[in-house]
Amino acid sequence: MPTVLILGAGSDMAVAIARKYASAGYSIQLAARNPAQLHALERDLKIRHQVTATSHAFDALHFDSHPSFYQSLPVQPDVVISVFGYLGDQEKGQSDWQEASRILHTNYTGAVSILNVAAEAMAARNSGTIIGISSVAGDRGRMSNYLYGSAKAGFTAYLSGLRNRLFHAGVHVMTVQPGFVDTQMTQHLTLPPLLTAKPAEVANDIFKAAGKKKNVLYTKWFWRYIMLIITSVPEFMFKKLKL
Amino acid sequence: MRKQLSNWGNYPALDCEEAAFSVEEQLQQYVDTHEHIIARGNGRCYGDASLSEHSISTLRYDKVLAFDEAEGVFECQSGITLDQVLDITVPKGWFLPVTPGTKFITIGGAVASDVHGKNHHAEGSFSNHIISMRVLTGKGLLTCSPSQETDLFWATCGGMGLTGVISTVKFRLKKIETAYIKQKQIKAKNLDEIIRLFDEHKHYTYSMAWIDCLQKGDSFGRSILIVGEHAKPYELNEKQRAAPLKLPMKGKLTVPFNLPGFVLNNFTVKTFNALYYAKNYKRVIENVVPYEPFFYPLDAIHHWNRGYGKDGFVQYQFVLPLAQKDGLTAILRRIGEKGWGSFLAVLKVFGHQDDLISFPMEGYTLALDFPVRKGLFAFLDELDALVLEYGGRLYLSKDARMQQEVFWNSYPNARKFESIVQAYNPGGKFRSVQSDRLHFDYGSNS
Ligand SMILES: Cc1cc2nc3c(=O)[nH]c(=O)nc-3n(C[C@H](O)[C@H](O)[C@H](O)COP(=O)(O)OP(=O)(O)OC[C@H]3O[C@@H](n4cnc5c(N)ncnc54)[C@H](O)[C@@H]3O)c2cc1C
Ligand SMILES: NC(=O)c1ccc[n+]([C@@H]2O[C@H](COP(=O)([O-])OP(=O)(O)OC[C@H]3O[C@@H](n4cnc5c(N)ncnc54)[C@H](OP(=O)(O)O)[C@@H]3O)[C@@H](O)[C@H]2O)c1
Repeated sequence: MPTVLILGAGSDMAVAIARKYASAGYSIQLAARNPAQLHALERDLKIRHQVTATSHAFDALHFDSHPSFYQSLPVQPDVVISVFGYLGDQEKGQSDWQEASRILHTNYTGAVSILNVAAEAMAARNSGTIIGISSVAGDRGRMSNYLYGSAKAGFTAYLSGLRNRLFHAGVHVMTVQPGFVDTQMTQHLTLPPLLTAKPAEVANDIFKAAGKKKNVLYTKWFWRYIMLIITSVPEFMFKKLKL
Repeated sequence: MRKQLSNWGNYPALDCEEAAFSVEEQLQQYVDTHEHIIARGNGRCYGDASLSEHSISTLRYDKVLAFDEAEGVFECQSGITLDQVLDITVPKGWFLPVTPGTKFITIGGAVASDVHGKNHHAEGSFSNHIISMRVLTGKGLLTCSPSQETDLFWATCGGMGLTGVISTVKFRLKKIETAYIKQKQIKAKNLDEIIRLFDEHKHYTYSMAWIDCLQKGDSFGRSILIVGEHAKPYELNEKQRAAPLKLPMKGKLTVPFNLPGFVLNNFTVKTFNALYYAKNYKRVIENVVPYEPFFYPLDAIHHWNRGYGKDGFVQYQFVLPLAQKDGLTAILRRIGEKGWGSFLAVLKVFGHQDDLISFPMEGYTLALDFPVRKGLFAFLDELDALVLEYGGRLYLSKDARMQQEVFWNSYPNARKFESIVQAYNPGGKFRSVQSDRLHFDYGSNS
């Protein structure tokens, strides 16, 4: 059975993704900063789906550890999904470099650092799938979250370039652009229910789209059109809006 | 997130802060930094028991921790719902020891309401099958069981979340050979007959009856008794026997929005009952059915509660001691005369139970819906007086409106329960709109 590595495996979205892949029989590698917190999920996957599941320590900000982390996995994964992310506090980040750099390094540098390692390994064996969870926030900078948004924009561009390169090596790269998702990250916000996806819906969309080798997945699907409208507002007008 | 929350009856609807957690550390942190907290499972209680200034949803805390397939022991986090448990255990030949009439409740909710099922007379309520559990109380995370920290254990079973948040639960499952039920439906002409039928069929593991509350005269209390047993492989047809633990697939219907209240007026109630009878043209029908329609007939229509319109409804469920058949007659009469009740009236005979604060006691329990309307609460107060007069009580999990005296005068151990709550939840960190409405004294936090 193929193996999927989930980076940032403790989040609600990651739990849903892990369950989806486990239900299809994949072996699951869970990676997060505090692997002790993954043990319940590990047992849950084994009992519900009779699959192999293991937990591993991984910190997106410990760039130097990424190559050895990847090499020491018990099995080289067939699918790598980068789920971790950090929304952070935009206002704080405007004047506090620590917060700003954490936002940038978690969402961009950290993701690039670990996916570079995965990409080399997959390119060398001419197979595999890399899935990066970016965000619609990266499609256009807005005053309320442009630190996060710009890091996701960078990540989206990275994934697109990586896809272009690895296509020729037989490795598929998929970019996931979620709109609003009902998770811990957005718990403090009041989200419009019709526009908001449940983690399980996102997981289903990802699994299906990856099977079809989609390049860019918007989830829920209509976010592609919402973002089309948002990105087509001329800048002289857009800057006057308080978004 | 701040939102309007209401439970299954859509009454009351309150502005609450709802938070969630997926690991115990998050829960602990939340509890350390908030007051006026109540655990909320899947919101299938009808009233205000899982509403508070801070309702903390357990639904993401849903991991299975252990499943001993040889012994039938299951351990899980409290937010997993029964449908998920069944999906895991039924294919391995194990069933829930007790299940209510919907599979969309959490294990935490099953414990906190100490739920009963159609097998109460034979196998007791959910608490009867718990091996141990861990509860995050006002005094920290504690393990309790029928032999350890027993005050906490019994005050948590049926305690409506007032001792704290149930974290994990270890309980025993029940062995089955098939996913099917051999059921028997028997028509009863009136109340006397249905009560006699209950008695004659008490050796069946499962039993309950649908009762028509609106009939008068000779047909007063006409009903259908439904009894059943887990089917044996030889009782299945050939197709079923090929995969005896697997259920046939089927679709789900959803009621998409609130239907106006008049859809459920007296006329429809009468028609529904008549139709129900037409289907059962024979006096006794025996057949083998999948467990889902037997235990969860209403789950096939998602959100049927919206059928009562946006004002919502309350479900009224009481129990009367076995000796009070006259009381049952009197209350049913009163309900029938008023004609405000629903087509859904469920009658069951409970077996013996005498726990600290759980609802069941040996006797008759009746449950029916009342759409919220002007004058309803005054009428229900009248019914409460009758229930009290005959030595009965109301189910807290269905309650949205009872007056405090009704509770304190009908649960014999209420004050003892309150003192245990004070010990584990001093100052009332954990409290619900319901417990405030009933004027619990949480003691002080010093
Ligand atoms: C169609 C239908 C049929 C039903 N049939 C039956 C029946 O046959 N028998 C029966 O007994 N009940 C029945 N019920 C009622 C239902 O089983 C109970 O109300 C149950 O407690 C609901 O569980 P929940 O997970 O939805 O919890 P909620 O409704 O959210 O909460 C119910 C209570 O449990 C507490 N609670 C929930 N989780 C926790 C936790 N982790 N720790 C501490 N406290 C917690 C809440 O604080 C609240 O007091 C039925 C309900 C419906 C809608
Ligand atoms: N929710 C939304 O509306 C939404 C919308 C668009 C995109 N997204 C993206 O979807 C992904 C999942 O989001 P979510 O909503 O599930 O978020 P979340 O609940 O905030 O989870 C974020 C996860 O990232 C992990 N993480 C943070 N910093 C890390 C680090 N340095 N190293 C390793 N892991 C780290 C966290 O791990 P810990 O458990 O250790 O803290 C947590 O598991 C993110 O990439 C997010 O940007 C979300």
